[in-house]
Amino acid sequence: MSLTKEQIAQRIARELRHGYYVNLGIGIPTLVANYIPAGMDVVLQSENGLLGMGPFPLEGEEDPDLINAGKQTITTVKGSVFFDSAVSFGMIRAGRVDLTVLGAMEVSDQGDIANWKIPGKMVKGMGGAMDLVASAENIIVAMMHVNKAGESKILKKCTLPLTGVGCVKKIVTELAVMEVTPNGFKLLERAPGVSVEHIIANTEANLIIEGEIPEMLIN
Amino acid sequence: MNKVVAGPSEAVRDIGDGATLLLGGFGLCGIPENCIASLVKMGVKNLTCVSNNAGVDDFGIGLLLQQKQVKKMISSYVGENAEFERQLLSGELQVELIPQGTLATRCLAAGYGMPAIFTPAGVGTEVAAGKEVRNFNGKDYLLEYAFDADFALVKAWKGDTMGNLIFHATARNFNPLMAMAGKITIAEVEELVPAGELDPDAIHTPGIYVQRIFQGTNYENRIEQRTVTRR
Repeated sequence: MSLTKEQIAQRIARELRHGYYVNLGIGIPTLVANYIPAGMDVVLQSENGLLGMGPFPLEGEEDPDLINAGKQTITTVKGSVFFDSAVSFGMIRAGRVDLTVLGAMEVSDQGDIANWKIPGKMVKGMGGAMDLVASAENIIVAMMHVNKAGESKILKKCTLPLTGVGCVKKIVTELAVMEVTPNGFKLLERAPGVSVEHIIANTEANLIIEGEIPEMLIN
Repeated sequence: MNKVVAGPSEAVRDIGDGATLLLGGFGLCGIPENCIASLVKMGVKNLTCVSNNAGVDDFGIGLLLQQKQVKKMISSYVGENAEFERQLLSGELQVELIPQGTLATRCLAAGYGMPAIFTPAGVGTEVAAGKEVRNFNGKDYLLEYAFDADFALVKAWKGDTMGNLIFHATARNFNPLMAMAGKITIAEVEELVPAGELDPDAIHTPGIYVQRIFQGTNYENRIEQRTVTRR
């Protein structure tokens, strides 16, 4: 069975470590916040100028001046701090953010990522994604393995305009967990009940497969 | 040293056709609502607007786009505006999309008196086209220039008559950076107080960067994505 978006987020949450500062992108990455293990100290960075992002406010307590990078109303937590956008990207560029999770339209086996533009179709912009991928040491991509047309988004080479080059470390999809190695994608885990053959069939890039591939641990 | 002007129409009076403007805000959070309304009323044309976002169809910079007052937008993310997308795809509007951190730091550089910065954002992408690349310690960086803007329009929570500003929560975002970067910076504030009433330790933007200040009115402070936790 392929994973739901919630389960992808759940799997990525297992990459969190005590004391991490984490930037979560829009979409599936945002859901990771729901699965931070109890008792683990993780501080969420929102690149519009907040460290210590809390949950959505209670109805009636929304503050228009308090939003996340997805423009959603949020709250602060104990120890939160606000800053301007230059400080925000300063801490990102300086490598102070331990883990960045973001979505993608395509990823290549060199670790290239494309997620900001479909020429002639979608004009949204890169937001902070180019800054994040250019500087973060630890980048995990949360994405669907195939697009709506059934085509693989895990490629030998990206076809869309790039967001960053050689930056992705790990990918979690509804089918698999893969690591980007100097020799290409290495299959680490498969979704419960999903066969290695099924993953290979849905992956345009070559996969390095060593020994038995374990199933992901999902609650 | 009194920087106070009567209101938005006086504050933006000399913004002419073809001016380059820096506009603070992230999404609809912390945008100079009163100044934008006055620019719409004035009908000034061919503006180059530097702002992280382009508002939504019926608010923020979207209001200027509706009236076709914008010639060029320089932004990092413009996903919430259908009219923007239409003008871009039809070629009516020039758009330069740049990384958000680059946008922030090009403002910072202008305010710090530095002509340019080096950033890794965009290396190896189409953003790097035509730009100088320098390698420092084994990593490539792009040369990006400080903004050269005629005016900055910013929104603050509190300000004093000398132009000192304090921002609130994530409405700070690009506002203090743009305030430092404009040749003429116009600050609209929710609460204007006499000089001496703000705690000097708490001021985010020193008034030296601000040329005009006024207390705004009728703030809508619109929420773009209202997300709540059920009680």
